[in-house]
Amino acid sequence: MIDIRALPELVRDDPFLVHRGRHARFRFLLHIGPEAWWIDVCEGFVEVSPKTLPSQSGDFSLRAHEESWAKHWQAVPPRDFHDLFAMLSSGHLTMEGNLLPLMQNLQLVKDIIAKLRSSS
Amino acid sequence: MNVVFEPIKGQYFNMDVAGQQMRIYVEHAGSGIPLVCLHTAGSDGRQFRHILNDKEITEHFQVWVFDLPWHGKSNPPEGFEQQEYKLTTDGYKEIIYAFCQQLGLDRPVMMGCSMGGRIVLHLALENPDMFRAMIALEGADRLQPYYDLDWLHRPDIHGGEIQAAFVSAQVAPQSPDRYRYETLWHYKQGGPGVFKGDLYFYWHDGHFDDRSVLIDTDRCPVYLLSGEYDNSCTPERMLATAERIKGSKATVMPGMGHFPMSENPELFRTYLMPILQEILAQEAP
Repeated sequence: MIDIRALPELVRDDPFLVHRGRHARFRFLLHIGPEAWWIDVCEGFVEVSPKTLPSQSGDFSLRAHEESWAKHWQAVPPRDFHDLFAMLSSGHLTMEGNLLPLMQNLQLVKDIIAKLRSSS
Repeated sequence: MNVVFEPIKGQYFNMDVAGQQMRIYVEHAGSGIPLVCLHTAGSDGRQFRHILNDKEITEHFQVWVFDLPWHGKSNPPEGFEQQEYKLTTDGYKEIIYAFCQQLGLDRPVMMGCSMGGRIVLHLALENPDMFRAMIALEGADRLQPYYDLDWLHRPDIHGGEIQAAFVSAQVAPQSPDRYRYETLWHYKQGGPGVFKGDLYFYWHDGHFDDRSVLIDTDRCPVYLLSGEYDNSCTPERMLATAERIKGSKATVMPGMGHFPMSENPELFRTYLMPILQEILAQEAP
Protein backbone atom coordinates (compact mmCIF):
# COMPACT_ATOMS: atom_id res chain seq x y z
CA MET A 1 0.00 0.00 0.00
CA ILE A 2 1.31 3.42 -0.95
CA ASP A 3 1.76 5.96 1.83
CA ILE A 4 1.56 9.33 0.15
CA ARG A 5 2.80 11.02 3.33
CA ALA A 6 6.22 9.50 2.53
CA LEU A 7 6.55 11.76 -0.50
CA PRO A 8 8.26 14.80 1.13
CA GLU A 9 11.06 12.66 2.52
CA LEU A 10 11.48 10.73 -0.74
CA VAL A 11 11.87 14.01 -2.61
CA ARG A 12 14.20 15.48 0.04
CA ASP A 13 16.43 12.41 -0.30
CA ASP A 14 16.94 13.12 -4.01
CA PRO A 15 19.04 16.31 -4.07
CA PHE A 16 19.09 16.62 -7.85
CA LEU A 17 15.29 16.39 -8.02
CA VAL A 18 15.15 19.20 -5.43
CA HIS A 19 17.66 21.16 -7.53
CA ARG A 20 15.54 20.71 -10.66
CA GLY A 21 12.55 22.16 -8.81
CA ARG A 22 14.41 25.10 -7.28
CA HIS A 23 12.32 27.66 -9.22
CA ALA A 24 9.00 25.82 -8.85
CA ARG A 25 6.21 27.10 -6.63
CA PHE A 26 2.74 25.68 -7.18
CA ARG A 27 0.08 23.59 -5.51
CA PHE A 28 -2.00 20.77 -6.91
CA LEU A 29 -4.52 18.18 -5.83
CA LEU A 30 -3.80 14.51 -6.25
CA HIS A 31 -7.04 12.54 -6.22
CA ILE A 32 -6.50 8.88 -5.34
CA GLY A 33 -9.96 7.43 -5.71
CA PRO A 34 -12.14 9.19 -3.11
CA GLU A 35 -9.14 10.71 -1.29
CA ALA A 36 -7.71 14.10 -2.19
CA TRP A 37 -4.25 15.29 -1.16
CA TRP A 38 -2.59 18.64 -1.51
CA ILE A 39 0.86 18.51 -3.01
CA ASP A 40 2.70 21.77 -2.38
CA VAL A 41 5.86 22.16 -4.43
CA CYS A 42 8.03 24.95 -3.05
CA GLU A 43 11.54 25.56 -4.39
CA GLY A 44 12.06 21.88 -5.02
CA PHE A 45 10.72 20.59 -1.72
CA VAL A 46 7.30 19.00 -1.35
CA GLU A 47 4.66 19.03 1.36
CA VAL A 48 1.64 16.73 1.50
CA SER A 49 -1.58 17.31 3.39
CA PRO A 50 -5.14 16.00 3.13
CA LYS A 51 -7.78 18.19 1.56
CA THR A 52 -10.24 19.03 4.31
CA LEU A 53 -12.55 21.74 2.95
CA PRO A 54 -14.51 21.52 -0.32
CA SER A 55 -13.86 25.19 -1.03
CA GLN A 56 -10.07 24.80 -1.14
CA SER A 57 -8.52 24.96 -4.59
CA GLY A 58 -5.04 24.78 -6.05
CA ASP A 59 -3.55 25.33 -9.48
CA PHE A 60 -4.59 22.02 -11.01
CA SER A 61 -5.68 18.52 -10.12
CA LEU A 62 -4.73 15.03 -11.22
CA ARG A 63 -7.42 12.44 -10.70
CA ALA A 64 -7.35 8.64 -11.07
CA HIS A 65 -8.80 5.58 -9.41
CA GLU A 66 -6.89 4.01 -6.56
CA GLU A 67 -6.22 0.90 -8.66
CA SER A 68 -4.79 3.04 -11.47
CA TRP A 69 -2.34 4.78 -9.13
CA ALA A 70 -1.40 1.40 -7.67
CA LYS A 71 -0.45 0.24 -11.16
CA HIS A 72 1.41 3.48 -11.83
CA TRP A 73 3.47 2.93 -8.69
CA GLN A 74 4.42 -0.68 -9.45
CA ALA A 75 8.18 -1.19 -9.85
CA VAL A 76 7.61 -1.95 -13.55
CA PRO A 77 4.23 -0.44 -14.37
CA PRO A 78 2.07 -2.03 -17.06
CA ARG A 79 1.39 -0.21 -20.33
CA ASP A 80 -1.15 2.62 -20.10
CA PHE A 81 -0.12 3.22 -16.47
CA HIS A 82 3.64 3.80 -16.75
CA ASP A 83 3.44 7.58 -17.12
CA LEU A 84 0.90 10.35 -16.42
CA PHE A 85 0.48 10.97 -20.15
CA ALA A 86 0.06 7.27 -20.84
CA MET A 87 -2.70 7.26 -18.21
CA LEU A 88 -4.16 10.40 -19.79
CA SER A 89 -4.23 9.01 -23.32
CA SER A 90 -5.76 5.73 -22.19
CA GLY A 91 -8.48 7.47 -20.17
CA HIS A 92 -7.21 6.47 -16.72
CA LEU A 93 -6.27 10.01 -15.61
CA THR A 94 -7.89 13.40 -15.85
CA MET A 95 -6.10 16.74 -15.60
CA GLU A 96 -8.18 19.77 -14.61
CA GLY A 97 -7.67 23.40 -13.69
CA ASN A 98 -4.94 25.79 -14.77
CA LEU A 99 -2.53 23.45 -16.53
CA LEU A 100 0.14 26.10 -17.17
CA PRO A 101 2.21 25.37 -14.03
CA LEU A 102 1.89 21.66 -14.81
CA MET A 103 3.14 22.09 -18.36
CA GLN A 104 5.93 24.41 -17.23
CA ASN A 105 7.12 21.70 -14.83
CA LEU A 106 5.81 18.55 -16.47
CA GLN A 107 8.79 16.24 -16.08
CA LEU A 108 9.31 17.50 -12.53
CA VAL A 109 5.71 16.65 -11.59
CA LYS A 110 5.98 13.24 -13.25
CA ASP A 111 9.20 12.51 -11.39
CA ILE A 112 7.91 13.73 -8.02
CA ILE A 113 4.82 11.49 -8.27
CA ALA A 114 6.92 8.56 -9.53
CA LYS A 115 9.06 8.85 -6.38
CA LEU A 116 6.37 6.83 -4.61
CA ARG A 117 7.45 3.82 -6.69
CA SER A 118 10.41 3.36 -4.40
CA SER A 119 8.17 3.27 -1.32
CA SER A 120 5.89 0.46 -2.56
CA MET B 1 45.93 10.03 -33.78
CA ASN B 2 44.67 7.47 -31.32
CA VAL B 3 40.91 7.31 -31.83
CA VAL B 4 38.54 4.76 -33.28
CA PHE B 5 36.11 6.52 -35.58
CA GLU B 6 32.66 5.06 -36.02
CA PRO B 7 32.11 3.82 -39.59
CA ILE B 8 29.61 6.61 -40.32
CA LYS B 9 30.22 9.30 -42.92
CA GLY B 10 28.37 12.59 -42.41
CA GLN B 11 28.00 15.06 -45.29
CA TYR B 12 26.02 18.11 -46.35
CA PHE B 13 24.47 18.67 -49.74
CA ASN B 14 21.94 21.01 -51.30
CA MET B 15 18.69 19.54 -52.49
CA ASP B 16 16.01 21.08 -54.65
CA VAL B 17 12.53 20.49 -53.22
CA ALA B 18 9.67 21.97 -55.24
CA GLY B 19 11.91 24.78 -56.47
CA GLN B 20 13.33 25.58 -53.05
CA GLN B 21 16.93 24.88 -52.04
CA MET B 22 17.35 22.84 -48.87
CA ARG B 23 20.73 22.31 -47.19
CA ILE B 24 20.56 18.74 -45.93
CA TYR B 25 22.74 16.83 -43.52
CA VAL B 26 23.01 13.11 -44.27
CA GLU B 27 24.87 10.22 -42.66
CA HIS B 28 25.61 6.97 -44.43
CA ALA B 29 27.41 3.69 -43.92
CA GLY B 30 27.79 0.35 -45.64
CA SER B 31 27.11 -0.94 -49.11
CA GLY B 32 24.44 -2.97 -50.83
CA ILE B 33 20.70 -2.42 -50.93
CA PRO B 34 19.85 1.20 -50.05
CA LEU B 35 18.05 1.49 -46.71
CA VAL B 36 16.73 4.98 -45.96
CA CYS B 37 15.81 5.72 -42.34
CA LEU B 38 13.34 8.46 -41.40
CA HIS B 39 13.42 9.95 -37.91
CA THR B 40 10.46 10.75 -35.67
CA ALA B 41 8.65 14.09 -35.28
CA GLY B 42 10.70 16.70 -33.44
CA SER B 43 13.90 14.68 -33.44
CA ASP B 44 16.67 13.96 -35.97
CA GLY B 45 18.75 11.26 -37.60
CA ARG B 46 20.85 10.55 -34.51
CA GLN B 47 18.10 8.14 -33.52
CA PHE B 48 19.50 5.66 -36.06
CA ARG B 49 23.13 5.65 -34.99
CA HIS B 50 22.94 2.03 -33.88
CA ILE B 51 21.70 0.95 -37.31
CA LEU B 52 24.52 2.87 -39.01
CA ASN B 53 27.03 1.21 -36.68
CA ASP B 54 25.68 -2.31 -37.07
CA LYS B 55 28.13 -4.29 -39.22
CA GLU B 56 25.67 -7.12 -39.79
CA ILE B 57 23.36 -4.58 -41.40
CA THR B 58 25.91 -2.45 -43.25
CA GLU B 59 27.60 -5.42 -44.94
CA HIS B 60 24.40 -5.94 -46.93
CA PHE B 61 22.69 -2.53 -46.81
CA GLN B 62 23.82 0.97 -47.68
CA VAL B 63 22.17 2.85 -44.81
CA TRP B 64 21.16 6.48 -45.39
CA VAL B 65 19.90 8.72 -42.59
CA PHE B 66 19.12 12.36 -43.23
CA ASP B 67 17.80 15.14 -41.05
CA LEU B 68 14.62 16.66 -42.45
CA PRO B 69 14.76 20.40 -43.13
CA TRP B 70 14.31 22.30 -39.81
CA HIS B 71 15.70 19.28 -37.92
CA GLY B 72 19.11 18.33 -36.57
CA LYS B 73 21.87 19.79 -38.75
CA SER B 74 19.70 20.41 -41.82
CA ASN B 75 18.80 24.05 -42.27
CA PRO B 76 15.33 25.47 -42.58
CA PRO B 77 14.91 26.97 -46.06
CA GLU B 78 15.55 30.62 -46.77
CA GLY B 79 12.68 32.77 -45.51
CA PHE B 80 11.74 30.38 -42.72
CA GLU B 81 11.63 33.25 -40.25
CA GLN B 82 8.51 34.56 -42.00
CA GLN B 83 6.39 31.42 -41.76
CA GLU B 84 5.02 28.94 -39.28
CA TYR B 85 6.51 25.51 -39.81
CA LYS B 86 3.87 22.92 -40.62
CA LEU B 87 4.64 19.54 -42.19
CA THR B 88 2.02 18.24 -44.60
CA THR B 89 1.64 14.85 -46.24
CA ASP B 90 2.45 16.24 -49.68
CA GLY B 91 5.38 18.32 -48.45
CA TYR B 92 6.87 15.36 -46.61
CA LYS B 93 6.54 13.08 -49.64
CA GLU B 94 8.22 15.68 -51.87
CA ILE B 95 11.24 15.84 -49.56
CA ILE B 96 11.63 12.05 -49.57
CA TYR B 97 11.20 11.75 -53.33
CA ALA B 98 13.75 14.50 -53.85
CA PHE B 99 16.22 12.79 -51.51
CA CYS B 100 15.92 9.38 -53.19
CA GLN B 101 16.03 10.80 -56.73
CA GLN B 102 18.89 13.23 -56.22
CA LEU B 103 21.02 10.54 -54.58
CA GLY B 104 20.07 8.11 -57.34
CA LEU B 105 18.93 5.40 -54.93
CA ASP B 106 17.69 2.29 -56.72
CA ARG B 107 14.46 1.02 -55.15
CA PRO B 108 15.47 1.69 -51.56
CA VAL B 109 14.00 0.00 -48.53
CA MET B 110 12.35 2.72 -46.43
CA MET B 111 12.27 2.46 -42.66
CA GLY B 112 10.57 5.26 -40.78
CA CYS B 113 9.49 5.69 -37.21
CA SER B 114 6.37 7.43 -35.92
CA MET B 115 5.64 10.13 -38.51
CA GLY B 116 8.30 8.37 -40.60
CA GLY B 117 6.35 5.16 -40.13
CA ARG B 118 3.21 6.90 -41.37
CA ILE B 119 4.75 8.48 -44.44
CA VAL B 120 6.26 5.22 -45.71
CA LEU B 121 2.73 3.83 -45.91
CA HIS B 122 1.69 6.83 -48.01
CA LEU B 123 4.69 6.17 -50.27
CA ALA B 124 3.77 2.48 -50.58
CA LEU B 125 0.33 3.52 -51.75
CA GLU B 126 1.49 6.19 -54.18
CA ASN B 127 4.62 4.68 -55.69
CA PRO B 128 4.97 0.99 -54.81
CA ASP B 129 7.40 0.21 -57.62
CA MET B 130 9.83 2.90 -56.57
CA PHE B 131 10.62 1.08 -53.31
CA ARG B 132 11.81 -2.42 -52.38
CA ALA B 133 9.93 -2.64 -49.09
CA MET B 134 8.52 -0.49 -46.30
CA ILE B 135 9.29 -0.93 -42.61
CA ALA B 136 6.85 1.18 -40.61
CA LEU B 137 7.92 1.52 -36.98
CA GLU B 138 5.20 2.92 -34.73
CA GLY B 139 3.22 3.97 -37.80
CA ALA B 140 -0.52 3.74 -38.40
CA ASP B 141 -3.04 5.02 -40.91
CA ARG B 142 -5.33 6.45 -38.18
CA LEU B 143 -4.27 8.03 -34.88
CA GLN B 144 -6.03 9.85 -32.06
CA PRO B 145 -4.57 13.12 -30.67
CA TYR B 146 -4.74 13.43 -26.89
CA TYR B 147 -3.17 16.79 -26.10
CA ASP B 148 -3.31 20.35 -27.35
CA LEU B 149 -0.34 21.02 -29.61
CA ASP B 150 -0.22 24.70 -28.58
CA TRP B 151 1.52 23.69 -25.33
CA LEU B 152 4.56 22.82 -27.44
CA HIS B 153 5.31 26.33 -28.67
CA ARG B 154 4.58 29.33 -26.49
CA PRO B 155 6.79 31.86 -24.73
CA ASP B 156 5.97 30.87 -21.15
CA ILE B 157 6.95 27.20 -21.53
CA HIS B 158 10.43 25.93 -22.40
CA GLY B 159 10.00 24.15 -25.72
CA GLY B 160 12.80 21.63 -25.29
CA GLU B 161 11.74 20.69 -21.78
CA ILE B 162 8.10 20.13 -22.64
CA GLN B 163 8.86 18.22 -25.84
CA ALA B 164 10.99 15.77 -23.88
CA ALA B 165 8.45 15.64 -21.04
CA PHE B 166 5.64 14.81 -23.47
CA VAL B 167 7.51 12.00 -25.23
CA SER B 168 9.02 10.55 -22.06
CA ALA B 169 5.63 8.84 -21.74
CA GLN B 170 6.49 6.97 -24.92
CA VAL B 171 9.61 5.21 -23.69
CA ALA B 172 9.13 1.78 -22.13
CA PRO B 173 10.07 1.43 -18.45
CA GLN B 174 12.32 -1.50 -19.38
CA SER B 175 14.48 0.52 -21.78
CA PRO B 176 18.00 1.24 -20.51
CA ASP B 177 18.40 4.68 -18.95
CA ARG B 178 21.40 5.59 -21.09
CA TYR B 179 19.30 5.20 -24.24
CA ARG B 180 16.14 6.65 -22.69
CA TYR B 181 17.82 9.93 -21.84
CA GLU B 182 19.72 10.09 -25.13
CA THR B 183 16.39 9.73 -26.94
CA LEU B 184 14.88 12.51 -24.82
CA TRP B 185 17.93 14.74 -25.30
CA HIS B 186 17.23 14.88 -29.03
CA TYR B 187 13.79 16.28 -28.19
CA LYS B 188 15.28 18.88 -25.87
CA GLN B 189 17.36 20.15 -28.79
CA GLY B 190 14.57 20.64 -31.32
CA GLY B 191 13.95 24.08 -32.84
CA PRO B 192 11.01 26.18 -31.63
CA GLY B 193 7.71 24.99 -33.06
CA VAL B 194 9.23 22.16 -35.09
CA PHE B 195 7.81 19.26 -33.07
CA LYS B 196 4.43 20.98 -33.14
CA GLY B 197 4.70 21.48 -36.91
CA ASP B 198 5.59 17.82 -37.43
CA LEU B 199 2.64 16.69 -35.34
CA TYR B 200 0.34 18.49 -37.73
CA PHE B 201 1.20 15.75 -40.22
CA TYR B 202 1.38 12.98 -37.63
CA TRP B 203 -1.89 13.71 -35.88
CA HIS B 204 -4.01 15.58 -38.38
CA ASP B 205 -2.99 15.63 -42.05
CA GLY B 206 -1.66 12.07 -42.31
CA HIS B 207 -4.82 10.03 -41.80
CA PHE B 208 -5.58 7.73 -44.72
CA ASP B 209 -7.38 4.73 -43.28
CA ASP B 210 -9.92 5.17 -46.07
CA ARG B 211 -7.20 4.49 -48.69
CA SER B 212 -4.61 2.27 -47.00
CA VAL B 213 -6.59 -0.76 -48.13
CA LEU B 214 -5.36 0.05 -51.66
CA ILE B 215 -1.71 -0.63 -50.80
CA ASP B 216 -0.45 -3.52 -52.93
CA THR B 217 1.99 -5.53 -50.83
CA ASP B 218 2.83 -7.79 -53.79
CA ARG B 219 4.48 -4.78 -55.41
CA CYS B 220 5.87 -3.31 -52.19
CA PRO B 221 6.01 -5.50 -49.07
CA VAL B 222 4.98 -3.72 -45.85
CA TYR B 223 6.24 -4.57 -42.37
CA LEU B 224 4.62 -2.93 -39.33
CA LEU B 225 6.08 -2.94 -35.82
CA SER B 226 4.71 -1.34 -32.68
CA GLY B 227 6.02 -1.24 -29.13
CA GLU B 228 3.84 -2.50 -26.28
CA TYR B 229 4.28 0.78 -24.39
CA ASP B 230 3.59 3.09 -27.34
CA ASN B 231 0.53 5.07 -26.25
CA SER B 232 0.36 7.01 -29.51
CA CYS B 233 0.67 4.43 -32.28
CA THR B 234 -0.58 1.74 -29.93
CA PRO B 235 -0.32 -1.95 -30.83
CA GLU B 236 -4.10 -1.88 -31.38
CA ARG B 237 -3.85 0.98 -33.91
CA MET B 238 -0.96 -0.73 -35.68
CA LEU B 239 -2.87 -4.01 -35.85
CA ALA B 240 -5.96 -2.22 -37.19
CA THR B 241 -3.75 -0.72 -39.90
CA ALA B 242 -2.30 -4.16 -40.70
CA GLU B 243 -5.83 -5.51 -40.99
CA ARG B 244 -6.54 -2.95 -43.70
CA ILE B 245 -3.25 -3.47 -45.58
CA LYS B 246 -3.70 -6.98 -46.89
CA GLY B 247 -0.49 -8.99 -46.96
CA SER B 248 1.33 -6.72 -44.51
CA LYS B 249 3.26 -8.34 -41.66
CA ALA B 250 2.66 -6.93 -38.18
CA THR B 251 4.66 -7.46 -35.01
CA VAL B 252 4.05 -6.18 -31.48
CA MET B 253 7.29 -5.68 -29.55
CA PRO B 254 6.78 -6.40 -25.81
CA GLY B 255 8.77 -4.19 -23.44
CA MET B 256 9.30 -1.54 -26.13
CA GLY B 257 8.03 2.01 -26.52
CA HIS B 258 7.71 4.46 -29.41
CA PHE B 259 11.44 4.77 -30.25
CA PRO B 260 12.68 1.21 -30.81
CA MET B 261 15.89 2.08 -32.71
CA SER B 262 17.10 4.54 -30.09
CA GLU B 263 15.48 3.55 -26.76
CA ASN B 264 16.46 -0.12 -26.87
CA PRO B 265 18.64 -0.87 -29.91
CA GLU B 266 19.71 -4.34 -28.80
CA LEU B 267 16.12 -5.49 -28.35
CA PHE B 268 15.05 -3.77 -31.56
CA ARG B 269 17.60 -5.59 -33.72
CA THR B 270 16.07 -8.93 -32.66
CA TYR B 271 12.92 -7.78 -34.49
CA LEU B 272 14.62 -5.97 -37.35
CA MET B 273 17.18 -8.56 -38.45
CA PRO B 274 14.64 -11.21 -39.54
CA ILE B 275 12.89 -8.58 -41.66
CA LEU B 276 16.12 -7.47 -43.31
CA GLN B 277 17.07 -11.10 -43.91
CA GLU B 278 13.70 -11.69 -45.55
CA ILE B 279 14.25 -8.70 -47.81
CA LEU B 280 17.74 -9.96 -48.66
CA ALA B 281 16.44 -13.45 -49.39
CA GLN B 282 14.06 -12.03 -51.98
CA GLU B 283 17.04 -10.53 -53.80
CA ALA B 284 18.79 -13.88 -54.12
CA PRO B 285 18.99 -15.16 -57.73
